[in-house]
Amino acid sequence: MSINQNEEFTPKIVAFCCNWCSYAGADLAGSSRLAYPADVKIIRVPCSCRVNPMFILRAFEKGADGVILCGCHPGDCHYSTGNYYARRRMTLLFSMLDFIGVENGRTRVEWVSAAEGVKFSTTMNEFVEKIRSLGKNVRLGDLRCKN
Amino acid sequence: MNNRKELIQEISGVNPYKCMKCGKCSATCPSFNFMDIKPHQFVTYVLNDDVEALANSKSLWKCLSCFACVERCPRDVKPGKLIDAARQTVIRQKDADYLKPDAVPELLDEDVPQQLLVSAFRRYRR
Amino acid sequence: MQRIGVFVCHCGSNIAATVDVAKVVEMAKSEPGVVHAEDYQYMCSEVGQAKIVEAIETHNLTGIVVCSCSPRMHEATFRKCVEKAGLNPYMVEIANIREHCSWIHKDMEEATKKAVILMRAAVAKVNLNAPLKPGESRVTKRALVIGGGIAGIQTALDIADAGYEVDIVEKTPSIGGRMSQLDKTFPTLDCSACILTPKMVEASAHEKINIYTYSEVDKVTGFVGDFTVDIRKKARSVDIDKCTGCGACQEKCPSKKSPSEFNRGLNTRTAIYTPFAQAIPNVPVIDRDACIKFKTGKCGLCSTVCAAGAIDYEQKDEIVTQKYGAIVVATGFDMIKLDNYDEYAYSQSKDVITSLELERIMNAAGPTKGHLERLSDGKAPKNIVFVQCVGSRCSDNRGKSYCSKICCMYTAKHAMLIRDKYPDVNVTVFYIDVRTPGKNFDEFYRRAVEEYGVNYIKGQVGKVAPQPDGKLLVYGSDLIDNKQIQMEADMVVLAAAIEPDPSVRQIATMLTASIDTNNFLTEAHAKLRPVESPTAGVFLSGVCQGPKDIPETVAQAGAAAVKAIGLLAKDKLLTNPCTAKSDELLCNGCSQCANVCPYGAISYEDRELNDHGVRRTSRVAVVNNALCQGCGACTVTCPSGAMDLQGFSNRQILAEVDAICR
Repeated sequence: MSINQNEEFTPKIVAFCCNWCSYAGADLAGSSRLAYPADVKIIRVPCSCRVNPMFILRAFEKGADGVILCGCHPGDCHYSTGNYYARRRMTLLFSMLDFIGVENGRTRVEWVSAAEGVKFSTTMNEFVEKIRSLGKNVRLGDLRCKN
Repeated sequence: MNNRKELIQEISGVNPYKCMKCGKCSATCPSFNFMDIKPHQFVTYVLNDDVEALANSKSLWKCLSCFACVERCPRDVKPGKLIDAARQTVIRQKDADYLKPDAVPELLDEDVPQQLLVSAFRRYRR
Repeated sequence: MQRIGVFVCHCGSNIAATVDVAKVVEMAKSEPGVVHAEDYQYMCSEVGQAKIVEAIETHNLTGIVVCSCSPRMHEATFRKCVEKAGLNPYMVEIANIREHCSWIHKDMEEATKKAVILMRAAVAKVNLNAPLKPGESRVTKRALVIGGGIAGIQTALDIADAGYEVDIVEKTPSIGGRMSQLDKTFPTLDCSACILTPKMVEASAHEKINIYTYSEVDKVTGFVGDFTVDIRKKARSVDIDKCTGCGACQEKCPSKKSPSEFNRGLNTRTAIYTPFAQAIPNVPVIDRDACIKFKTGKCGLCSTVCAAGAIDYEQKDEIVTQKYGAIVVATGFDMIKLDNYDEYAYSQSKDVITSLELERIMNAAGPTKGHLERLSDGKAPKNIVFVQCVGSRCSDNRGKSYCSKICCMYTAKHAMLIRDKYPDVNVTVFYIDVRTPGKNFDEFYRRAVEEYGVNYIKGQVGKVAPQPDGKLLVYGSDLIDNKQIQMEADMVVLAAAIEPDPSVRQIATMLTASIDTNNFLTEAHAKLRPVESPTAGVFLSGVCQGPKDIPETVAQAGAAAVKAIGLLAKDKLLTNPCTAKSDELLCNGCSQCANVCPYGAISYEDRELNDHGVRRTSRVAVVNNALCQGCGACTVTCPSGAMDLQGFSNRQILAEVDAICR
C-alpha cells in the first residue's frame, strides 16, 4: 500500500457532540461565522455518555483520521453525571488506542458549553491541525473498506 | 536567593491563595506583641514577593512554633508552617549563620541548658 | 426498506450562497432508500412545509430528511409538519447544513461536499429510524410537602390555594420549623411568631391541606405524576381527635427533666409535651424514653387527669400510603454541632451560646422569659462578644466551606436589639467580612454601628478562655489596627454555620434526588431551574437547596409551588420517547445499567422468555419510560449490548459514522 504524496491530505474527522452543550456550541460557532475546516463532521448524540467506544473504533476502522468527543463541562451535564462516565471511558479507550498505534493526538475529549462558540471553533482548528501533522491514519483501518 | 518564595511554598506545602484574611492566627498567637510582621501578614508577604523582608524580620525568630495558628486556621493555610519554612530557607543558606565554636563562650549565659548547646552544634556544624 | 424524501433548504442565501443546493439534491437521489429529493427557498415556511406534506402523500414517503438549519431550531417544526401528513414525527432527521456548514465555510466546492456528506449521514440514519410514540402517564392531583417550616407551609398554602390537595409531613410534633424559634426578624424587627402563627393557622384550617405532624416519610416509589409514598405516623400516645389541648396532662406530668428541643436544651420539658404554646396541632406527644409509665409501668397520671380520655398508651406507629403527583422537599436546616470547636469553649461554659440559643433567651416565651442573662449565674451581662463565621467558610474538615448567608444580618439584629433594650451593655462583633446584600440590609447593619453603637472589629476570634471568676477572656485580633485584642466578656455568642437538616440525606435517597457534598439538594439547573430537582416531579423549597433568609425562602417556596401546580394542572404527561430499551433475550441481569442511571429508571424483573423456542426464566432489566430521560449512559455500560437508546440506537449512530467515513 502506498500513499500518493502528491494528493493533498484531507483528513476525515468525526466529532461527537452532546445535544445540550457542545452541539449548541457548534451552532453558536456557526451563527458567529467562526470558521473551522470542513473536514470535521458532527454527529449529534444526547449526551457524551451515549458514545460507545465501539463508535470510535468503527470510525477508525472505516478510515477516520481523528475522532473528537465534546460534552458539557464537568458539573454542567444535562443528565448530571453523563460526562463523568464519558471521561472515564475515553481515558481508558484512548490509552488502549495509543497502545495499538492510534496516537493520542488522533483522539480527544473536550468540554464545550453552549456559550463557547469560540472554543468550539479553536478546538476544531487545533484538532484538524494536529491530525494534518500526524498524517493519514494507517492503523486499525479495515482493508476491506479501502477503495 | 531568588527562588525563596517557591522554596517557602515547597517546604511548607502551604497554598497562600487559600487565605481569606480572617486573622484568627494573629488572634491566638502568643508572640504577637514581639513580632514586627504579624502572623496574618505572613501570607501577604509571600504573595507580594516580599519574602526577603519576611526572611529578615524579627518574627522569624519570635515564632514559638506552638502551632496554635496551624491548629485553628479555618482555611488550612497554616501561617506557622509558612514562617517555619521561611526560617528553614534562612538556616539552610550555605556559609551563613554558622555558630563558630570560638564565639560560643561569649554567648553563653548560665540559663542556657547544656542540651541546647549540643543540639545547636549538631544542627549548625559544618 | 424506507421510502425517503430529502428536502434541501436554501434558507434564502444563507445556505444557497455557499452550498450548491442543486448538487445536494442530485446526490441525494442516488442514496439508498431515497425516492424523492427537492429544494426550496425556505423549507420552514408554510409553502415549504406544504411541499413536504404533498411529497409524503404523492411518493408515499416513510422517512424525511431535511437539510437545513440546526435541529435545535426547526426539528420540532418539521416533526409537527410530517405528523400533519400522517407520518410518525420521529421519522424526521435534520442535516445541519447551515450552522455546521454554509456559515463556516467559504469555498463552495468544499461546503457542497460537506453538505452532501451530512445529508448522507442523515439519510443513513433515517433508514434505520422506527416510529416512536411518546408514552403517557397520569398525574395524581395531589402534592406532598416534606417539612412543615415556613418553606413547607408557604408551598402548601400556594398549592392548596390553586385548588389541589396538599399533605404536609413534619417530623416534630408541630409545624412551624426554625422560624417559630426566632424572636424577631431582620431587617424590620417584627416579631417572628406574629407573622408565622397566622400562616400556621391558615395552613391547618385550609380545607385542601392535610398536616401529618410527628410523622416521617418512610418509602417513596413511582415517578413524576405518580409517586406512592408511605408516611409513618409515629405513635403520639395521644388521640389527636379526642385531645382538646387543655394542657392539664403537661401540668401534672411528674417527669420534668427532659431537655426541651424547642428551647435548644436551655431548659427542660415534661415527658408529655407540646413543643411551644402556639403549636399546631395543639396536641401533646408522649416522649416514651422519658415517660415513667413507659419506663416502669407505674404512673398514668396524664391519663387520669385527661377529661377527654385522649391518652392512649397502646398507640402504635401507623403507616399511611398515599399517591402524589408532585413532591416538594422543604426539610430546612439546623445549626452545626460545635463539638470540634474547643477553642470557643462552647461545651465548657454555659455562657458561650449559639445565636439560635440567644434567640430563645431573647424570646419572651423562652427559658429566661426574655431577660438577657447569663445562663451560668443568672446575672445580667455587661459585655457581650459576637463571633462570626464559626464553622462557615472553613476549608478544613471541621466546618463548612460555604457562607451561611444569614449570620451577618441576624448578628446585627441581635446586637441592635440588645443595645436597644439594655443600653449599658457593650456589644462587640468580631467579623471577617460583613456580607449584607439584600433590600435594606446594609442600611440595617450600618444602623447597628451608627445609631446603636455596636463595636465591629475586623478579625476572627482565636480563643475563648473561661476564667475562674466566671468571665470569659476573648482572644481576638484587630486586623485594621494590626493589634491583638484580649477582652473580658460576660457572654459570647457564636454564629454557628447552618447545615441542611440531617434527615435530608435519607429523603434524597428515597426520591433519587441528588445532593451535593454539603448535603444541599441539587437544582436541575443552577440558574434556569433553581427550584426543581433533576429528578422529575421533585421540587425544592427553602434552605434544603442552599442557605437563605426568610424572604428568600418564602419566594422560593412560592416558586416551587408554581412548578408543582404546573405539573398538577396537567391531566397526562407526555414522555420523551427517546428512551433506553433493553433486549430481554440479551440481558443477563447484571445490574450495571441500574448503577449508572442517574434517574433510578431501571429495575429488574423475572421474566419468562421464549429464547428461540427454549423457555427460560431470567432476571432482566426493565426501563421505566416515565423516568428515563434518554441520556444513554446505560447503553454503553451494558456488557452484553442488550441496552439500546431509541432514536439514537447503536445501529443508527454507526450508520452515521459509516456515512461520514465513506
